[in-house]
Amino acid sequence: MTNEIKSVSGTVIPLMLDDIDTDRIIPARYLRCVTFDGLGDHAFEDDRQQDPMHPFNRAEFSGASVLVAGRNFGCGSSREHAPQSLMRWGINAVIAESFAEIFFGNCCSLGVAAVTASRDDLDKLAASIGADPTLEVMVCLETLTATAGELSISVDLPSSAREALVTGEWDYLGQLLSAGCAVKEHMATVPYLNGFSA
Amino acid sequence: MSDRRNLFNKVWDLHDVRTLPNDQTQLFIGLHLIHEVTSPQAFEILRDRDLKVACPDQTVATVDHIVPTSDQSRPFQDGLAEKMMSAIERNCDEFGVTLLDLKDGRQGIVHVVGPEQGLTQPGMTIVCGDSHTSTHGAFGSIAIGIGTSNVAQVLATQTMFLARPKVRRVVVNGDLAPGVYAKDVILYIIQQLGVQGGVGYAYEYAGTTIGAMSMEERMTVCNMSIEGGARCGYINPDQKTVEYLRGRPSVPTGDEFERAAAWWLTLASRNEAEFDDEVVYNAADIEPTVTWGITPAQSVGVSQPLPKVADCVAGEQTLIKEALNFMGLAEGEPVKGTPIDVAFIGSCTNSRMSDLREAARIVAGHKVADSVKAIVVPGSQLVREQAMQEGLHEVFEAAGFEWREAGCSMCLAMNPDKLQGREVCASSSNRNFKGRQGSPTGRTLLMSPAMVAAAAIEGRVADIREFAGATV
Repeated sequence: MTNEIKSVSGTVIPLMLDDIDTDRIIPARYLRCVTFDGLGDHAFEDDRQQDPMHPFNRAEFSGASVLVAGRNFGCGSSREHAPQSLMRWGINAVIAESFAEIFFGNCCSLGVAAVTASRDDLDKLAASIGADPTLEVMVCLETLTATAGELSISVDLPSSAREALVTGEWDYLGQLLSAGCAVKEHMATVPYLNGFSA
Repeated sequence: MSDRRNLFNKVWDLHDVRTLPNDQTQLFIGLHLIHEVTSPQAFEILRDRDLKVACPDQTVATVDHIVPTSDQSRPFQDGLAEKMMSAIERNCDEFGVTLLDLKDGRQGIVHVVGPEQGLTQPGMTIVCGDSHTSTHGAFGSIAIGIGTSNVAQVLATQTMFLARPKVRRVVVNGDLAPGVYAKDVILYIIQQLGVQGGVGYAYEYAGTTIGAMSMEERMTVCNMSIEGGARCGYINPDQKTVEYLRGRPSVPTGDEFERAAAWWLTLASRNEAEFDDEVVYNAADIEPTVTWGITPAQSVGVSQPLPKVADCVAGEQTLIKEALNFMGLAEGEPVKGTPIDVAFIGSCTNSRMSDLREAARIVAGHKVADSVKAIVVPGSQLVREQAMQEGLHEVFEAAGFEWREAGCSMCLAMNPDKLQGREVCASSSNRNFKGRQGSPTGRTLLMSPAMVAAAAIEGRVADIREFAGATV
């Protein structure tokens, strides 16, 4: 099984706004479901309805696989439906100035590369895409760069997340299960599981 | 000699099963709370991999997000909600997890139910597929919100990977002025530190203001940690914590309780405990606070005007303009007097007995303004029952509020309670994001339950300190 994600390439959808919350990424009414199927159709649904020129409405960005965003992207709810909807829309990497923590963790669980870059560099990248929406970017997790035409910017992510993606070990469940009886042994040391006398 | 670790690090160390070379800790989870929205896909993962729930005794489910708060007859009118309800019933039955469902008198919002049942205790690691899990930190536990993949991991292994965050002590000292509540304290903290100020941190709330708070008030503060970017917020356990838990159903009794209480108190950060950062605020600087924008940090004291775009730092101006535009508010204008259409008292932030008692005290003898639809949604069936024993429902109904069944209701509108069109809602909930309350163009003003009560009666944002007849 090759789950290794060393790089993500594709065209870009720019959304250079700050504090984009998970209710905007996927409004709560679409969380009334028991699978994640079909969530891609509703990414940014309310924003799109109110703004015909929203990037997720524009034909030139329709095949994009890399989302470029501002500060504190994905703040708010813990709903994994948010990165699920982006992933099912076609996004495989997000480059943002910063991420909310739970959203970032959810991206890691799904193998979506969530990397940060400086605001200046993001603005430059967004400007390049504005000038030529067909421009492809390559986000390389080994060199920690994002390259689009002449432009190359530095990107970053915590080493544990990078390692997991690059080695393909972002199936955390398998690794957790590998601890085996260490968990049971640990439970014997937790006071509240042992009559507060452990 | 003395332990210089803060509570967070003591509790973390106690649950550290193993730390991997990449700094990720496999953390044992003492209590896993689940609900109908973020669990069905997780149970599917278990089925796909032929896994069991590792520790059913450390796992408790309830239903809250999709629950209708008026007509609860089954099947629900909303077929999608019915499907989710059936899924959690089947999953809990099949995997041996206790479910506090609608027929069980203990059902309610998961963050109200956990403490109420004494499931939430100091020194635990607590997770739930909901970002407001930080509420449980009020008891001196590490309580964090997780996504659905994590839910599956915890179900299957009772552990998850986490990187140890830094810890910031957020100190608030002094007496709160009349009319200023725990909700105002946390809104003020978020306003000061920003919506992403807490990213990478756990917050320890400390100081005399926090110490003087009841457990319910402490829950309100910890609840909104995530709105300031902190995945976890907590308060050191003290004698109030012990007394709150004494006699609750899931709490030990007799000698075991005494041992538990003694242990809980040892967990508190001592004076010499070390922190990665500290900020100090004065309670005297905190006013009744109202959000005017589309993030919980966009708030002002009720006597203050909205910001002027040109006065704000350049990097913030775009967001402030977007917020003012969406809210239909003008820069520099007072927030007081903003007309409202809906008043909502409820949510995991403010739906407990002290919230309802205070709101009822404000509305007693008054009438909700003709133009306002007002609802009160207790946080749990037990809160509802207690409130009815005290006659609070009669006070609310006499004033023109609707008295509902327990659930998340209009906080996030995954159920029939929703704003319509561009309605403005004075809300005791936790998020004022665009579209949060169910209408894509609906607008939310966050405030304390007492302030919601006053706004309902005035038909506009009012200053609780000037509110006719209210002795605050």
